[in-house]
Amino acid sequence: MTQLTLSKAINAGLRRALEVDEKVVLMGEDIGKLGGVFRVTDGLQADFGPNRVIDAPLAESGMLGTAIGLAYRGYRPVVEIQFDGFIFPAFNQIITQISKMHARTRGAVKLPITIRVPFGGGIGSVEHHSESPEAYFAHTPGLRVVSCSNSQDAYTMIQQAIASDDPVLFFEPKRRYWSKGEVDQLAETEQPSMERAQVVNSGTDVTLVTYGPLVMTAKDAALAAADDGVSVEVIDLRSLSPIDFDTVAASVRKTGRLVITHEAQQFLGLGAEIAASITERCFDYLEAAPARVTGFDVPYPAAKLEEHYLPNLDRMLDAVDRVLGRRNSLSDWSHAS
Amino acid sequence: MSTIQPETSLSNHLHDERAIPTEPMVDGTSVPPGEASADFLQLLTPDGHRTPNADYDPWVADVDVASLVRLYEDHVVVRRIDTEAMHLQRQGQLGLWAPLLGQEAAQIGSARSLRSDDFVFSSYRENAVAYCRGVDFTDLMRVWRGNSHSGWDPYEINMAIPSVIIGTQALHATGYAMGCQFDGGDQVAIAYFGDGATSQGDISEAMVFAARFQAPVVFFCQNNQWAISEPVERQARIAIANRAPGFGIPSIRVDGNDVLAVMAVTRRAIERARTGGGPTFIEAVTYRMGPHTTSDDPTRYRNKEELDEWSVKDPIKRLEAHLSSMGALTDEVRAEVQAKADSVAAEVRAGTLGLTDPESLSIFDHVLSTESSWLERQKSQYSAYLDMFEGGAR
Ligand SMILES: Cc1ncc(C[n+]2csc(CCOP(=O)(O)OP(=O)(O)O)c2C)c(N)n1
Ligand SMILES: [Mg+2]
Repeated sequence: MTQLTLSKAINAGLRRALEVDEKVVLMGEDIGKLGGVFRVTDGLQADFGPNRVIDAPLAESGMLGTAIGLAYRGYRPVVEIQFDGFIFPAFNQIITQISKMHARTRGAVKLPITIRVPFGGGIGSVEHHSESPEAYFAHTPGLRVVSCSNSQDAYTMIQQAIASDDPVLFFEPKRRYWSKGEVDQLAETEQPSMERAQVVNSGTDVTLVTYGPLVMTAKDAALAAADDGVSVEVIDLRSLSPIDFDTVAASVRKTGRLVITHEAQQFLGLGAEIAASITERCFDYLEAAPARVTGFDVPYPAAKLEEHYLPNLDRMLDAVDRVLGRRNSLSDWSHAS
Repeated sequence: MSTIQPETSLSNHLHDERAIPTEPMVDGTSVPPGEASADFLQLLTPDGHRTPNADYDPWVADVDVASLVRLYEDHVVVRRIDTEAMHLQRQGQLGLWAPLLGQEAAQIGSARSLRSDDFVFSSYRENAVAYCRGVDFTDLMRVWRGNSHSGWDPYEINMAIPSVIIGTQALHATGYAMGCQFDGGDQVAIAYFGDGATSQGDISEAMVFAARFQAPVVFFCQNNQWAISEPVERQARIAIANRAPGFGIPSIRVDGNDVLAVMAVTRRAIERARTGGGPTFIEAVTYRMGPHTTSDDPTRYRNKEELDEWSVKDPIKRLEAHLSSMGALTDEVRAEVQAKADSVAAEVRAGTLGLTDPESLSIFDHVLSTESSWLERQKSQYSAYLDMFEGGAR
């Protein structure tokens, strides 16, 4: 066991993947000498050379388009998108080509491309640097979408993503890059598959579902709720598509109450899908309507306002109170329409 | 400008730039993309000598000593603002800053060639262009402080808000220029972008549209040798200016640290666009002397020798040397320019520190042109949430 920051854990996972499979190549903007703007690829070019850790021309569509060709040729490209907001020039290649290739070719062509995306806010950055675009990709059949929340998962899930024969969007919680955690570097095969959700805090009163950067906040919220005599079960989804609904449903059958929280906007976000699916599956068990704590349906705001956009511990607890029928911010609220 | 006549029949000869032997067009595949000494137009040498050029001298014939002093003042002022902004960022007063240090001549020479009703589409580093357009720098700082996503009303100064997504603005400029053409206006649009940006599909697509419509647009590429940590050689094998002729767009490579040469080529390109001659691509060869932004650590990827090499070509030193050689850089001029720079910097600092934090519920504003009940509901609920906190969390 070693203590690693989340970014160093991804770095270690990438290193391992480069070592075990010579077909793994990394591509991205500034990932070579600089080691990426978050230093996630620090030192890898020095050790594996510029042909396996490639400083690409500044073109996201170019990177993902050529990744497809490389994959056709038997490579496993791992493409770094510098920030969430810069993935959109590549959207066309991801949606119209990468996601559909396996189905179009009736399984003949596999595109084991991993797309690493630092995502989410809370770092006081300028526009296009704090977004959560995961729902666009989760909405598209043919893509796996995952997000890690801690160092151990970062280390193992990046390797599982690269080893997967499917294209994987790998969302990295950028504001947690510097959070430290224990990493067992030997036992990645023993680690739970990236497809499985994990109960990261057991509880009996309310199920709180989240992923990526908010897992830590949700765990803190559960601790705070416990002080108040409320037992919150926290689930880290890990895989956003497909979603491990069995784990969520099992928890909701136990607690009867569901809160979903994510930084992404609410409308048609992961929360909407989870609320609908769990309501379909567990209607008879629910004691209250599922609640969502999400970013608002506005463009991600300027840095000085991001605290008002981002879900936080208090907003999570407020929703917990709501599903428990306790006094909450909407108790006296009424809206004209 | 009015004394300069547009050249005749340029519009009928898309490739005639290649035919003019004295034009320092990039020709063939021999010039590496980072090459900064050969094959570009230079009117002022690094030590301030004026080199005559029959083709381009007429384009700056009206730039007299007084104009040069004004240009010099622009340079000193924007560099002073840049320094102040770096300090403000280090002091925690700005979230981020993208310094333009070293690129003053490219930006000032081009921006001062525009008419006030021409329209600018820029990237994030064009602070000197913004200065020349008359931006109130407090508005600009509003963005870098994290108070808002835009600093000014584009229609007030005919400059769009900067585009952070690399390359996008070249298409916007082209479309604006198409609009000028469609409605018969004689305005032109100019797109500023970097060497790295030229790898984006949007830049190529902009050239396709500009050529197809012969749109009155000027593509102004500041090749500052770096895209964050990637040298221009990662983007291109030969000089960037060489790409445009393939699209049917004449191009020119210019010493981007020579304000006079930049002015000459930009004026010529603008005049061509204004008189129906279509687009021009300008590659201004310059150097980013500072970090990419205040978040960057350039010591990880480039060495001091390179910086030393480029500091010899500094745009301000060169202008000072030139003015001195004409006896125009008196102590009095120096003092006046410095005083102006200091007072602008003080204004910028005071303006920045005086910015009030934005109102919390303003995140719900302007999402659509009319209010939606869906969003009103969210806003109202969030307002109720904020009311729970004593003293108000807003
Ligand atoms: C689509 C997109 N991809 C990546 C980035 C991240 N990024 C910001 S600036 C930059 C380098 C730009 O280099 P260049 O075009 O040469 O302009 P310069 O910064 O040198 O002025 C990169 C990669 C971005 N802003 N947008
Ligand atoms: Mg550059």
